[in-house]
Amino acid sequence: MTSLILRTMVRLLLPLLLMFSVFLLLRGHNEPGGGFVGGLMAATGFALFSIAFGSETARRILRIDPNTLIGVGLLLALSGGLITLWLNQPFLTGVWFKVPLGTLGKLELGTPLFFDVGVYLTVWGVTLTIIFALEEVR
Amino acid sequence: MLIFAVLSGFGLAFLAPALSRVGKQRSGWWLASLPIILTIYFLTILPGLSDGQIQVFSYPWSTELGLTFSFRADGLSLAFALLVSGIGALVAIYAGGYFGTKAPLGRFYLWLFFFMASMLGVVFADNLILLFIFWELTSLSSFMLIGFEQDREEARAAAIQALLVTGSGGLVMLAGFVLLGQIGGSWELSTLLLSSESVRAHPLYLPLLILILIGAFTKSAQFPFHFWLPNAMQAPTPVSTYLHAATMVKAGIYLLARLSPLLGGTSFWFWAAGGFGAITMILGALLALSQTDLKRLLAYSTISALGSLVLAIGIGSETALKAMVLFLLAHGFYKGTLFLVAGAVDHETGTRDVRELGDLWRKMPFTAVGASLAALSMAGVPFFFGFLAKEYLYEAAYKVGAFWISLAVIGAFLNVFIAFRVGIAPFWLPAQGQTKSPQKVHEAPWSMRLGPLILGGLSLLFGVLPQILSRNLASTALSAAAGKPVQVKLAAWHGVNDIFLLSLLTLGLGVGLFALRKDVQRLAEALSLPWSLDGVYKRSLDVLFAVAAFQTRILQHGYLRYYLITIIVAVVAITSGGLWRWGGGTLPNLSWDLRFYEFGIALIIVLAGGMATLSHSRLGAVAALGVAGYGVASIYLLFGAPDLAMTQFLIESLTVVLFVLAFYHLPQFTQLTPRRERLRDVLIALITGGLMTTFVFVASGIQIHPSISQFFVETSLPLAHGRNIVNVILVDFRGLDTLGEITVLAIAGIGVFALLKLRLDQRTPKARKEGEKMGGGGER
Repeated sequence: MTSLILRTMVRLLLPLLLMFSVFLLLRGHNEPGGGFVGGLMAATGFALFSIAFGSETARRILRIDPNTLIGVGLLLALSGGLITLWLNQPFLTGVWFKVPLGTLGKLELGTPLFFDVGVYLTVWGVTLTIIFALEEVR
Repeated sequence: MLIFAVLSGFGLAFLAPALSRVGKQRSGWWLASLPIILTIYFLTILPGLSDGQIQVFSYPWSTELGLTFSFRADGLSLAFALLVSGIGALVAIYAGGYFGTKAPLGRFYLWLFFFMASMLGVVFADNLILLFIFWELTSLSSFMLIGFEQDREEARAAAIQALLVTGSGGLVMLAGFVLLGQIGGSWELSTLLLSSESVRAHPLYLPLLILILIGAFTKSAQFPFHFWLPNAMQAPTPVSTYLHAATMVKAGIYLLARLSPLLGGTSFWFWAAGGFGAITMILGALLALSQTDLKRLLAYSTISALGSLVLAIGIGSETALKAMVLFLLAHGFYKGTLFLVAGAVDHETGTRDVRELGDLWRKMPFTAVGASLAALSMAGVPFFFGFLAKEYLYEAAYKVGAFWISLAVIGAFLNVFIAFRVGIAPFWLPAQGQTKSPQKVHEAPWSMRLGPLILGGLSLLFGVLPQILSRNLASTALSAAAGKPVQVKLAAWHGVNDIFLLSLLTLGLGVGLFALRKDVQRLAEALSLPWSLDGVYKRSLDVLFAVAAFQTRILQHGYLRYYLITIIVAVVAITSGGLWRWGGGTLPNLSWDLRFYEFGIALIIVLAGGMATLSHSRLGAVAALGVAGYGVASIYLLFGAPDLAMTQFLIESLTVVLFVLAFYHLPQFTQLTPRRERLRDVLIALITGGLMTTFVFVASGIQIHPSISQFFVETSLPLAHGRNIVNVILVDFRGLDTLGEITVLAIAGIGVFALLKLRLDQRTPKARKEGEKMGGGGER
């Protein structure tokens, strides 16, 4: 599809969608959002892009093979669960740390963040794998 | 310490592939250091055990189920453990010389030490389930070792047979263990052994005993399950020595001896164990008569020996158990030696046919000495260890009755024949037929002489000086098997009595039979009866394959639409069955107090659904489906589920994209389906839709367990530091579920990728042909 309108829009939309997907991922613990929907959002951006410019271009600007995203995502989610074993806690226990940020207050970080990032990458990778594969069927 | 003794073998096993590169075929000499250390360790805790102390290690595993990681060392486990570690060391050294540079030694040592650790686990485990796990691990390593030469079909078939027989026997045994655990109220052997009276009086005693006996009989190759052991001789000889003569096949013996204070002493025990033991003892020896292959001869005599061990346990008197303990050790020594010798002879001459072997003492003096010591012990010549063991067995059988002692004598004199055939004739007598050994015969290397010499030497040492054994090992092992403290006094010479005369008679008959060996063999071949379940095994395997092929043809036909129908109809059947069992359920009171926009959304969803089914354009149908999905998502939004709504919106959009991408490759939409099939599809769709609607209504009125929503609401922030409860549930409270889900998602993605890409790739005609030969149903 070589529609000029679509191409122009997608160029603008892709960075916005990607930023929005990260925003959804990070706010997910307190507000609507999360890794799953974030991953879908990121995948939607690339799906639009590959419709407009073809999957080859989409693959090139993604730089990473979506298959790799799946593996890295699963590993991250798993390690988010395994870290706690070091602390003699059951698998997948949420462990939280407080990072002082001076005048900005304190930032709470926990192992569920790893887990959610893992979900994000896996969902992103799986969706793109399927979309690219479908597009490349000859 | 005990736990390390058991588990260190697993550690060495996994390091063995890397470690065996140091020194290559000589690596056995230093890899054997672990079993040697273990042997020394077991010997050092032995004196403590004979003073009545018992080593215990316990670590809670799954306390809700009563499972603990518990080990316990007493005399009986130690007798077995010494065999396992001691012979393990000799076999590890031997294997280096046997395989040389020809075989992947790393893989061999991996499974050898894996087996050693599993077997130690079997004999030290105190928890029944733990024992079962180690038991099946020994079957698994036996499978890997029998099939070690994986490029030979016979080896693979034998490996599968041994795994199926011993593995399924193990499962039957597990059922018996569960019954025993339920009745006895504990999973710990040490606790169970205290409640023997109540277990024996329980109505389920008989079923549980039969189940456990089947487990032990399959493992220890008792009639009618004995057929797998001769076939297992496809394994390399070090494996046959270690697993299928000295240790693994004795796991069943161990189990029976361990449980005899708990389950034994009844007349059923006597007839089941004694009866099948006696049949196996005689049958194994008879079947050996027609054999000419060294290893198969030894395998049948091992079956016979295992039969006499089970017989001794069945008799169960103090003398019988004493005979069992001594015979166990004696058999481990002499049979281990003879197997190692068979391997050395095979290695150096290139043949295992007893008719082609002769006068080997000139070329292989050390091996000849080891073999002769072992053969004399096996034949029960006075002042050898085997003699002592046989004396006690005779004494025990003598007390039971004339019938049993005559059976014991028959079994023993046939074994004298085998002993001479395997351990004496090839070395000291001229060959029967033509010797056509292609290799130039020379003595085996030291790594292969050590084992026969040490084990053969022990066969003589313990025969002359049995006092070494009596206080420590024999007494403690016997006390454990008898369930009460027993002192054993052993002496090499018992004086001339009835039993001694029977021993002489046995020797005489055996040697006489040996002198007539050509006629015996001809006769045995003429008579040889297929007295085994080998045929039944093969036939049942054929049936299994036929059923598998049949159901694959029916279910995996490759038509997507019928898969869908199958899945949907199955769901409908199961769900309506569930609803019916629930009693139909009651529809909740529906309130029709709707806002106009709620009504509007519902209308849009219904209309979009109708459009999707009636549309003659694919794109139209998919767009209509998308509208329905957006409608559902808006309802989520109205009822306060923004997370769900957001995800649903994205999914709907992506689905449309995916469909459009797929449509691109489809031909023009046409209606090919006949009217009848379409009517059938309409019917299925209506029933499914109606059922799902009813189900949702009924389910919303049912609350089986108290709701836990309140828990999530209350603890989300304090425990999981998050205000978005949906996400907290996903990544924290139900993190394991999510991990499972994304794994499934990843597998599905890779599956789609593989389906599409494998078809895409330009494969060579050869590869495609092979792919078709594999029966790739996914291609359709």
